[in-house]
Amino acid sequence: MSPEIIQAIVLTTATAATPLLIAALGELVVERSGVLNLGVEGMMIIGAVTGFGAAQLFGSPWMGVFAAIVCGALFSLLFAFLTLSLATNQVATGLSLTLLGLGVAGMAGEQFVGLPGIKLQPIAVPGLSELPVIGPLLFAQDPIFYMSILLAIGVWWFIFRTRAGLTLRAVGDNHGSAHALGINVLRMRYLAVMFGGACAGLAGAHLSLVYTPQWVENMTAGRGWIALALVVFASWLPWRVVVGAYLFGAVTIAQFHAQAQGVAIPSQFLSALPYLATIVVLVLISSNRRMTMRNTPASLGKPFVPER
Amino acid sequence: MMRVELVRRSQHSALFSAVSPLIALAITALIGAIMFAALGKSPVAALHAYFIEPLTEIWSIHELLIKATPLILIAVGLSICFLSNNWNIGAEGQFVMGAIAGSVLPVLYPGLTGPLVLPVMLVMGLAGGAAWATIPAFLKARFGTNEILSSLMLVYVAQLFLDWLVRGPWRNPEGFNFPETRSFHADAILPEMFSASGRAHYGFVFAILAALVVWFVLSRTLKGYEIRVLGESPRAGRFAGFSARRMVFFAFIVSGALAGLAGIVEVSGAIGQLRPTISPGYGFTAIIVAFLGRLNPLGIVAAGLILALSYLGGEAAQISLGVSDKVANVFQGVLLFSVLAADTLIRYRVRIVRPAPARLEPAQ
Repeated sequence: MSPEIIQAIVLTTATAATPLLIAALGELVVERSGVLNLGVEGMMIIGAVTGFGAAQLFGSPWMGVFAAIVCGALFSLLFAFLTLSLATNQVATGLSLTLLGLGVAGMAGEQFVGLPGIKLQPIAVPGLSELPVIGPLLFAQDPIFYMSILLAIGVWWFIFRTRAGLTLRAVGDNHGSAHALGINVLRMRYLAVMFGGACAGLAGAHLSLVYTPQWVENMTAGRGWIALALVVFASWLPWRVVVGAYLFGAVTIAQFHAQAQGVAIPSQFLSALPYLATIVVLVLISSNRRMTMRNTPASLGKPFVPER
Repeated sequence: MMRVELVRRSQHSALFSAVSPLIALAITALIGAIMFAALGKSPVAALHAYFIEPLTEIWSIHELLIKATPLILIAVGLSICFLSNNWNIGAEGQFVMGAIAGSVLPVLYPGLTGPLVLPVMLVMGLAGGAAWATIPAFLKARFGTNEILSSLMLVYVAQLFLDWLVRGPWRNPEGFNFPETRSFHADAILPEMFSASGRAHYGFVFAILAALVVWFVLSRTLKGYEIRVLGESPRAGRFAGFSARRMVFFAFIVSGALAGLAGIVEVSGAIGQLRPTISPGYGFTAIIVAFLGRLNPLGIVAAGLILALSYLGGEAAQISLGVSDKVANVFQGVLLFSVLAADTLIRYRVRIVRPAPARLEPAQ
């Protein structure tokens, strides 16, 4: 393989990893608050369709990014209201958020099928992008790539270095005690869920404005679910989410390059790789009980109804 | 801002257990009416086209039964899973694998004919779905792997496998390169019940039988009790001597087998060959059916008919009003949301609390 191909592979790996990273970081915060939102796929596709639509409407991809973040957060409110205010089953409600999101996006996106997309252009950091090798990889990427890196650092800092982050973890680990300490458990969880929605929306916008700048029905293709798996894989630690997202980005991209090089394996088998890799990784992680148990938020998935 | 407060009921409300699905349907119809009005269509005409028109003609009732068949078969199996706290959401993949396994005979051995072909196909369909469902069950029982994610990932794998088969080794040699298998011969086709008036096949009878059997097991046998106890309190189940690990296999294998049966029944009864896509998402819609039916197999029969109606209504509304048939998916999503919200009324009293008067802030 020539150096150009290797550089292309690394560049595209970052592009494939970015939406997974952003969505998984959002879900990590949600799960740290003790809420399991299985609606990532649905919020992501809502972000993708509103991002594409707003970019078309205003002729600016930045408006698309903005709209996707706002709509992702608003859409997640539906889930928050049911699971938090009405104490519904989180698994079932998350599933219905995914089904509803795919339905709404499919309907709203019908008018966009076949339209040429508007691409969010890469931004080269002056000076730094001219560095050999790492310049094009780190400093000449699309804006959402930069956001994803800042987000990873920000989420780590928030969770482990701020008082609000400590409160978030307390709520996720023992909502009863947190409530007794006077913490408003439900408000914390509402905010966490909306943050997760905003992140999933942004991840969706990356798909329809950067990754493949067009609208295709079901274009998230299970990435929301892979993001959920990444959170488990990372055992709720932000830096491990980064590692996991890039591993999965690499698997996705290796598969594309293998197809392009004409590897004598049917393309369907290569396309199945990311999904199979997800299962393998989940098995490896779950068989190591000690590591998963240590960081799992103890209240994860349990509804909380304050006694009055 | 107004706030919602929940007060736990001392026991489940029998009244709301009965009417909560109706409340959910009413909420969905209301949201649907608003949605159609927003699209500039008359809500009355739209809801009529959606929910009444498909019921006015006999051939259309047949189509309703055809669509309800896979939904009921899958959802009945899922009720065992969800009651026992096993979250199998990969029924769509088990449906596909059942269809593939069941199609081995008519596709690879079209020369084999006779009355035995169809029963063998159905059994292989059951086995194919069950085998695919065993994977997440094994991973959960052996390694504690999250079954939601593993069963869902296997949906994509199954769909890609079907895609490969119909474009590759199983493609019809006389099919002008279309991505589809050869058409099933007459002995491999599930017969129609009343062929004079429409296409409905005997799959619907299987669905009703499955619902009755599972209803009996759940409500009248020790196994049913075991399923509920392990679902509600694994600890209590352990004290009673029930094995949660065996239940994982039981729930996944039964629901996988029923989803696999739904797959081969759909292919053999309604389609007549394998194609790259053989389901409009029955495996996912069945999740809605299971919850709308309150995880009770008899309720699931009614819920399956209602969700089948939403597919037909989507097609009818597209023809008569020019709205996208994708509205059906939106309806289905809204319906599941409404069902879950309405179910809260069974366990809690809901109070809307007015904002408290402004508090005095301490002086700075």
